[in-house]
Amino acid sequence: MDFLNAIVALSNFVLIPAMAYGSQLALGALGVTLIYGILRFSNFAHGDSMAFGAMVTILITWWFQSMGVSIDPLPTALLALPFGIVGTALMLLATDRVVYRFYRRVKAKPIIFVMASMGVMFIMNGVVRFIIGPDDQRFADGARFIINARDFKEWSGLDEGLAFKTSQGLTIVTAVIVVAALFWFLNKTRTGKSMRAFSDNEDLALLSGINPERVVMITWIIVAGLITIAGVLYGLDKSFKPFTYFQLLLPIFASAIVGGLGNPLGAIAGGFVIAFSEVTVTYAWKKVATYLLPESLEPSSLVQLLSTDYKFAVSFVILIVVLLFKPTGLFKGQSV
Amino acid sequence: MSQSLRTPLMFALVALLFILQGTTDWWIFAGSWNASLTILNMALISAIMALGVNLQWGYAGLFNVGIMGFVALGGLATVLVAMPPTPGVWSAGGFKIISGLILGAGTIMLMVWQYKHMTPGRRRGLVMLATLIVGFVVYRWVFDAGVVGVEAVNPAQTGYLGGLNPGGPDNYRAHGYMTILAWPVGGLLAAGAAWLVGKTALGLRSDYLAIATLGIAEIILAVLKNEDWMARGVKNVIGLPRPVPYEVDLQNSAEFVAKADAWGMNVTTASTIAVKLSYSALFTVVLVVLIILAQLSLNSPWGRMMRAIRDNEVAARAMGKDVTRRHLQIFVLGSALCGLAGAMMTTLDGQLTPGTYQPLRYTFLIWVMVIVGGSGNNLGSVLGAFLIWFLWIQVEPIGYWFMSLVTSGMADGSALKSHLLDSAAHMRLFSMGVLLLVVLRFSPRGLIPEK
Repeated sequence: MDFLNAIVALSNFVLIPAMAYGSQLALGALGVTLIYGILRFSNFAHGDSMAFGAMVTILITWWFQSMGVSIDPLPTALLALPFGIVGTALMLLATDRVVYRFYRRVKAKPIIFVMASMGVMFIMNGVVRFIIGPDDQRFADGARFIINARDFKEWSGLDEGLAFKTSQGLTIVTAVIVVAALFWFLNKTRTGKSMRAFSDNEDLALLSGINPERVVMITWIIVAGLITIAGVLYGLDKSFKPFTYFQLLLPIFASAIVGGLGNPLGAIAGGFVIAFSEVTVTYAWKKVATYLLPESLEPSSLVQLLSTDYKFAVSFVILIVVLLFKPTGLFKGQSV
Repeated sequence: MSQSLRTPLMFALVALLFILQGTTDWWIFAGSWNASLTILNMALISAIMALGVNLQWGYAGLFNVGIMGFVALGGLATVLVAMPPTPGVWSAGGFKIISGLILGAGTIMLMVWQYKHMTPGRRRGLVMLATLIVGFVVYRWVFDAGVVGVEAVNPAQTGYLGGLNPGGPDNYRAHGYMTILAWPVGGLLAAGAAWLVGKTALGLRSDYLAIATLGIAEIILAVLKNEDWMARGVKNVIGLPRPVPYEVDLQNSAEFVAKADAWGMNVTTASTIAVKLSYSALFTVVLVVLIILAQLSLNSPWGRMMRAIRDNEVAARAMGKDVTRRHLQIFVLGSALCGLAGAMMTTLDGQLTPGTYQPLRYTFLIWVMVIVGGSGNNLGSVLGAFLIWFLWIQVEPIGYWFMSLVTSGMADGSALKSHLLDSAAHMRLFSMGVLLLVVLRFSPRGLIPEK
C-alpha cells in the first residue's frame, strides 16, 4: 500500500507535471532547432514570439467567451488556436520580410542574425506589453480536471490523491499529434524533404532547384504553429505572463542544444531531459521517501536538492555539461 | 564629414541635450539640473559598461548577453566590502558556510581530477558519481546549518555576513572610501565568473557563448535573490556608505550655506546638486582613465592582433595566434569592466536591490548603446551610452507627448484613448528595438564608426 502511495505521489508531483512541461519545452525547442537548421541562427526572439502567439490566441478566446461560444469541457482557447497560429505566422513572415531577408541577401554572419533577433525580441516584448499589459492573464475555462484528487482517493482507497489537470492531458495529447504530424511532413512530403535537403547542404539544395525563399517561408509558418501551440499550452497549464515567456528562452535553448541543434528528434529528447531534471531536482522528496523508507530512516528535512528558484540553474548546468563533453548534443546536431 | 570633426560635433550635440534638460522645460525637457545630473550619473556608469561590451564585441566579436549578471556581481562586491561585518555571525555559522563552500568546491575539483587521471570507463563514471553524491550531501549538511545560524542573527535588520568595513555597525558611514575600494573588487568578481563561462563556452560556435552568458546571468541573479546569508536576498541591503558627503551634513554646514547664498541658490537644491556633482566627478575620472587605457590598447600591437582575429580567425590562427585564449582574455577583461560599473552603480544607488535587475534594462540596453554609438570605436560606444540613456529616460515623456498627439482627436474617456495613454510606458522597449534594427540595417557601423 505504501508503495502504491509512493507511486501515486511521484506521478502526481513529478511524472505528470514533468511530462506536460517537457512537451511544452519540446515544442518550443523544435521551433528553435528548425530555425537553426534552415536559417542557421539562434533566434533570441523565440520566447517573445511565443508570448505574441499566446496573446493573439487569448484575445480571440476572450472574444469567443464574450459571444458565448464554447466547446465545454475543453477550453475555448483550443477553438481560438488556429486563428492565433495564422496571426503569429503573418507576424513572423512580416519580420522575416522586414528584418532577416536583407541579411540573408548580403550573407551576413550568423551573429548578426542573432543580434537582429535581439532587436525583434525587444519590439515583440514591447508590442505584447503594449497590447495586453505586463500582468498575469487568465483565459482558461472548461473542466479543470480529468481526474480529481478527491475522486481518485475515493475510487482507489489510497491516502494519496492523484490530480490530472485538463491542461496537462491536453498538452501531452497535442504534443504527440503535432510531433507526429511534423515528422510525417518532414519525412514524407516533397516540401518537407526539400527542407531537410536545404538544412543538410544548402548549395546542393540550390543546385537541385529548391527555392530557398519558399523553404524559409514554410519554416516560419511551421515555427508559428509550434510556438503558438507551445505558448498557449504553457499559458493554460501555468499562467500567461509576458516575462515568463522571455525566461523560457533558456530552458528552450538548453533543450535544443542538449538534443543537438538542428536535429528535430534531439529537440524532443532534450525537452524531456531538461523538464525531468528540473522537476526532480527541485521536488521535495520527503513525501515519497516517507512512504518508501522504514520509519526509523524517515527524513526530517524536505529532501529537496535545490529550491525551485534555482530551476534555471538546472538547465544551465546540463547545458554546460553537454557543451563540455559533447558539443554536438545527444543526437548528432549540426553545430560544432 | 571627416571623422575628426564628426566626433566632437556628436559629443557637443549630446551635451546640448543634457544642458537643455537642465535649463528649459520646453517640450519633453524637465528644466531641472537635478534631473539632468541624475541622468548624467547613470550615463557615465552605462558608458563604462558600454566600453566593456565594446571591448568584447568591437575588438573581438564576442556576443555577451549576460551583462546583467556581471553588473549584479559588482553590486554584490559593494555590499561585501563596504558594509560593516555583522556582529556574531561568525560564531553563529559563518565559518560553517565558508567551510561548506570550500567542501563544495573541493568536491568539484576532486571530480575534475578523477576525470583527468582515471582510465575512462564505467569505473571512472561510478567513482565520479559517488564523489558527487557524497560531496553534495556533506556540503549541504555543513552549509545548511551555517545558513540557518547566520540568517537567525537579527533577521529584521541584518541576518547576513556583512562586509569588511572597519567602522563597525555604528560608525561604518564614516568609512565611505570603502565603497571606492569595492569597485575593483566588483571587477574581480565579474572577471572570475566570466572566466568560468568563457572557459566552457569559448572555442565553440559563437551562439553558444551568447546562450551560456544568458544562463549565467539568470543564475547569478537567482543566487543574489535567494541566498539571504550573503546579501539579504530580496530583503535588500540599504544604507550603504557613501564616498561623498550626505545632503543633510551639507545643509548643516555653515560654510556650505554661505556659499549657496552667495550663488543665490536654495540650500536644499544646492546640496542635492553638490552631491550629484561629486558623484559625477568620481565617475568621470574612472571613465576617462578607462577610455585612455582602451584607446592605448586598441592602438597597441595587442589591439591590432585582436582586430586581426576578429576579421579573419583562420588567418590569425595560421599566423600562430592562440585565438581561444585571446578570446578568453578579452571576454574576462570586458566583463570585469561591467562588474566595475555595477559596483559603481550600487554605490550611486546606496542600496542593493536584486529584484530590480532586468535583462532588458541591463543587458540589451547596453547592446543598443554599443551598436548605435559605433561598435569597435571606444568613443563611439561612450557617446552611444550617453545618448541612449538620455533617450531611455526621455522616451516616456516623448511617448506621452506622442500618444496625446495621436489621441487628441478622440473623445475624452474612450476606452481606447485611456488604454493608449496608459501603455505609453511600454513604448520604451518598442522604440529601443526599432532603433537597434534601423541602425543595424542602415548604418551598421554606428554614429562614430571604427576608423
